Amino acid sequence: MIAAHQRIPDAKLLVIDADGSLVTAPRTALVDFLRRGDLVVANDAATLPASLRGVHQPSGAIVEVRLAGWRARDLRDPRHWTAIVFGDGDFRMRTEDRPLPPALDRGDRLQLGPLDAIVTDTLGHPRLVALTLKGSVEHVWAGIARHGRPIQYAHVPQPLALWDAWTPLAGPPVAFEPPSAGFAVDWQLQDTMRNHGIDLVTLTHAAGISSTGDAALDARLPFPEPYVIPSATARAVRRAKLRGGRIVAIGTSVVRALEHAGAPGRVRAGMNVADQRITAATALRVVDMIVSGTHEPGTSHHDLLRAFAGDAAMGAMNATLDAGGFRTHEFGDSVLIARQRVASNAEYSRHSGVDRGMRSAYLVGRAPG
Amino acid sequence: MKSGHHDSLRQRERRDPLRGVRVAITGGTSGLGLALVRELAACGAHVAFVARDGQRVARIAAATGTHGVIGDVARKDDIHPIALQILGRLGGLDILINNASSLGPSPLRPLADTECEDFEVALATNVLGPFRLTRALLGALAASARDGTGAVVLNISSDAAINAYAGWGAYGASKAALHHMTRIWHEELAPSGIDFASVDPGDMDTPLHAQALPDADPATLQQPADAARVVTAVLAQRLTAARNRRRLPVDEGARAAGVVAAVR
Repeated sequence: MIAAHQRIPDAKLLVIDADGSLVTAPRTALVDFLRRGDLVVANDAATLPASLRGVHQPSGAIVEVRLAGWRARDLRDPRHWTAIVFGDGDFRMRTEDRPLPPALDRGDRLQLGPLDAIVTDTLGHPRLVALTLKGSVEHVWAGIARHGRPIQYAHVPQPLALWDAWTPLAGPPVAFEPPSAGFAVDWQLQDTMRNHGIDLVTLTHAAGISSTGDAALDARLPFPEPYVIPSATARAVRRAKLRGGRIVAIGTSVVRALEHAGAPGRVRAGMNVADQRITAATALRVVDMIVSGTHEPGTSHHDLLRAFAGDAAMGAMNATLDAGGFRTHEFGDSVLIARQRVASNAEYSRHSGVDRGMRSAYLVGRAPG
Repeated sequence: MKSGHHDSLRQRERRDPLRGVRVAITGGTSGLGLALVRELAACGAHVAFVARDGQRVARIAAATGTHGVIGDVARKDDIHPIALQILGRLGGLDILINNASSLGPSPLRPLADTECEDFEVALATNVLGPFRLTRALLGALAASARDGTGAVVLNISSDAAINAYAGWGAYGASKAALHHMTRIWHEELAPSGIDFASVDPGDMDTPLHAQALPDADPATLQQPADAARVVTAVLAQRLTAARNRRRLPVDEGARAAGVVAAVR
């Protein structure tokens, strides 16, 4: 297992400034690239043990069900899901190589450990179904808790425990995969930020799965993702904008939620469903900087980063990640990308640059102050 | 269990802060834990409780309209499934009460005669379990602190955590560790707005007490329901203070005595 203390202790941070220049620093120095008055926003969703093994009753075939989208409006009701179904095998096999499940029809029953599931709909792809887990809310939560495993991929060979998938800020269990940028926000970093006059707030966003291994399905990602923005968070965003502070999103899911709820200078509090795709063509209205893992080109997460940085900056970033031996999985290294200064949103970018002095400190290799 | 309308207006005011608040209690099927489940449910809190015996959990959940979670806080592998069910069913958490306790060797015996395994069970239940569960729930508690609901972790202590009683080695040493851990959490997490308190409810007529001192006269002991009213009043006070960002001392030993006088 990857116990928390085994996560890479020397994680690196690649900083892409608003003018496209690049700096490498230890991730623990994140706060040195922020300024008093900035607001850091993290996703406090805990990760569901969303991988459920079992048997497709009509055929007797072994399947792995990955819960992938909420179908209930109340996120305390864990019975109704959009799910992706794989044939036999497990996370050690690359998702691209996983066999299809048996043909799935409406009304098919699946026995998933202690849970009895029924396919309530097919959704236009042999792997994609709507699924209902039968029984009381209590029975289903207990069944998921005992039988489910965190969704994981072949690049981490050890089986993950649920605690490996929960970030320090994890609260409501609504995410299908860890909002992994949040692994960096431990209690020590929260203290450091507080001491530097940088506020931290959270929202809850049901971060979806990052990859299915199937091009047609991946093209449909991300699925609609419910999120909740507490009113305290909405107020903090408004105050930060008024004082000229930058909004720093910890992870792509925070960008999805804030931009969906966003109007210039503020965000709406409450629950909603993020259903937009954020790409290079998206004009960001709320978020000024993002801390993220190093996502592979072509994924929806990578597309989202392109809303912050143009092709030239992204190309330089990817080259530096390769050359610098950055570890690119969800427990690996991070990037901090400031929204690039371009003519069309110059008015937003006035405040978005990384501090000059600090950048030169790292360029000449001095220890972080 | 006394229901709300028998209480004085002052008592209702004292407890009103708990209405609608999300509370988790470990060891919720006997003794003080069970009394707290009933008392807090009567206050209008949304209560989830944890205990090992599935049938008792189901019976008490049904009888009290609360959420029962089956699990053993002494087992590392149970902690995240427990936390998942608490947070999933309540949608978040404002108050955690680490109440589940192990006596260690039963009947009591000198520390020099205590088996390591019995000591380990006491440490797992009384120290590591509360540490792990608190840690797993800190994110949710911090969110409640930020949104103004307030967040309190209340750890049930004992005078055996402070005073050295012959025969109470495993229990006393583990409760002393819990008490000190509570003090450190209280220091470290004050800036995050999460309040920590250590409460000694006093000697009660509970299964744990009977296990330790089978010959004690129950008539000389507090009833768990009475102790639960005191603990609930303490919780209401602390939650109100937390909402107002007013910091209270971690140790409820002396203060609780004043609350007892007011509640009775």
